[in-house]
Amino acid sequence: MSEVTSQTAPAQPMPKVTILQALNQAMADAMQEDPNVLVLGEDVADPEEGGVVGATKGLSTRFGEHRVRSTPISEQAIVGAAIGASLIGFKPVAEIMLMNFTTVAMDMIVNHAAKLRFMSGGQTNVPIVIRTMTGSGMGTGGQHADYLEAWFAHTAGMKVVAPANAADAYGLLRSAIDDPDPVLLIENMPSYWTASEAAPAGHRVRIGEARIAAAGADVTIVSYSRMANECLAAVQPLLDVGISAEVIDLRSIQPWDQEAVCASVAKTGRLLVVHEAVTPFGVGAEIAAVISERLFGKLKAPVARLGAPFAPVPFAKSLETAFAPSADKIAAAAASLVKGTR
Amino acid sequence: MNNYRPDNQQQVEIFRRMALLKASDERCRKLITTGRLIMPYYSYRGQEVIPSAMSVNLTDDDYLCTIYRGIHDMLAKGLPLKDLYAEIAGRVDGACKGKGGPMHLTYPAKGLMVTTGIVGSSMPIANGLAWGSQLRNDGRVAVATFGDAASNIGAFHESLNLASVWKLPVIFLCQNNLWGEHTAYSKATSCERIADRAQAYGMLGLHVDGNDPYEMYAAARQAVERARAGEGPTLIEAITYRFHGHVFGDADKYMDQEVKKAAIANDPYPRYRAKLIADGVATEAELAAIEAGFEAQIDEAVEFALSSPAPEAAELTRDVYGELA
Repeated sequence: MSEVTSQTAPAQPMPKVTILQALNQAMADAMQEDPNVLVLGEDVADPEEGGVVGATKGLSTRFGEHRVRSTPISEQAIVGAAIGASLIGFKPVAEIMLMNFTTVAMDMIVNHAAKLRFMSGGQTNVPIVIRTMTGSGMGTGGQHADYLEAWFAHTAGMKVVAPANAADAYGLLRSAIDDPDPVLLIENMPSYWTASEAAPAGHRVRIGEARIAAAGADVTIVSYSRMANECLAAVQPLLDVGISAEVIDLRSIQPWDQEAVCASVAKTGRLLVVHEAVTPFGVGAEIAAVISERLFGKLKAPVARLGAPFAPVPFAKSLETAFAPSADKIAAAAASLVKGTR
Repeated sequence: MNNYRPDNQQQVEIFRRMALLKASDERCRKLITTGRLIMPYYSYRGQEVIPSAMSVNLTDDDYLCTIYRGIHDMLAKGLPLKDLYAEIAGRVDGACKGKGGPMHLTYPAKGLMVTTGIVGSSMPIANGLAWGSQLRNDGRVAVATFGDAASNIGAFHESLNLASVWKLPVIFLCQNNLWGEHTAYSKATSCERIADRAQAYGMLGLHVDGNDPYEMYAAARQAVERARAGEGPTLIEAITYRFHGHVFGDADKYMDQEVKKAAIANDPYPRYRAKLIADGVATEAELAAIEAGFEAQIDEAVEFALSSPAPEAAELTRDVYGELA
């Protein structure tokens, strides 16, 4: 629940940093504290400019290219090397540049990283982090912007987290590095350069713990990653029409904070799940099913989902803008849930 | 090729491991045909020389990643028989508590880090183990074994390229048994020799008769010494032959029966056994005692395995995730 995190927040306001800076700081702090933390991926070392967006800039200069290794464009080899090193006590943070590129490393992720603990009867474990960026809005078209979190959340042995702001990016990445199992950390590309309050050094966000981003009484809106911020942007327009929305930023998708969502929906009686991934068979479907099972008698309206249409991410700006949910669409969907069910 | 040659003691040790492997394969097939064990089984009969001659060059600290046809690799490097048999019987006393089975054997105490059921996937992970050795500078070597068909999958290319660029202490050990599942080597692989592919990665490639313990020993030792000396990876292609079908129980009609008959007639096991005696390295009685000893150990392991309890249902959701330290 959100209280734990807010208690650890400092009294003094923290400076603002971008999500990219927060991620970079989290890796730097983890590498400083633990010599077993490694970074590998395409272009991650400083001679290659610390990654295509600079997420790992400065790390190889500070910690050496033996610990921060640029790799060939070989996603299976990257994740495989991370797995192998993790089996003998290292904590590799592998960057798979774009989420669509995880598709060429699926065997390593799904058949190996996720399952070696179970298949070995607990003799081995795979404490790796896979950082990957995605998201529509930058004109990258159909193979560079998909949200594929449902695939990984559907894989026993995987954890999946998706921060929406700088402090959570720092805290989730630190927790992911601490974690004894493989964690996929989804970074939203268009919001990398958005600044928000920094986390204090060493901050952790417990994986599986949601954040109440806005308190409200009439409808619960659950989301994660950049869409959580779109949901927050819908709060005022909803208030303007007399609807008080509670926004929950899940932060962690697998596991997800069922208790926080249930407590909120028990109060509001209405739930809208918002994500950028296509709607069918998505994370929204799982949340809707669980909430329907647990709170059937308390729901004032059927659980609603708002995601992308069942189509690849388009290129044309007009189409791309229409693809992902927006604050307007979220407000409209939430309002229609409330309308007629007061 | 180099002049490395196993001394007499090592020659007997290679035989000892071959005897263990052969006896265990024969027992597994018998246990399956008599209904005492139910499992998918990929017989390695005919391929015993390769892991035996490889593993005498390794220590418990060295790492191994193998594949579904890999029980011989595991046994040669020290997987205890009781842990093996209880595992393939699906019992709690198995190496993996019965949760991995014959295709996922793991035993880190002997460096047995991964058995994968996915063709080619031993290689990317072995690179990571080798990277760890390189970082710690602890002299450990990682071996990835795989079949000839795995040299046609993308993981092979990605792994050999990365290993060469990073100069990793890793050995890619291709057990070329001339069959990829039901498809003959010549129909699936574009080159005459898989070892030649090493050249494309700037890597040493060794092509050896994998049924000849002396050749196989020499190649293995050279690769291990190169890795320990920081000279980088080696690809060994060891030619052998699979005496049975892809999965035990398939009728192997796709295999040329004349070729198969000839290969079995040329079984490396009795050939090596006779040579050790002819060379005066060991006596008939000594080798017979080794063989009898393993039969007794396997009897005991099977008894142990079949009297071990099956895992309880609660194990279904255990070991999916760990606990935070």
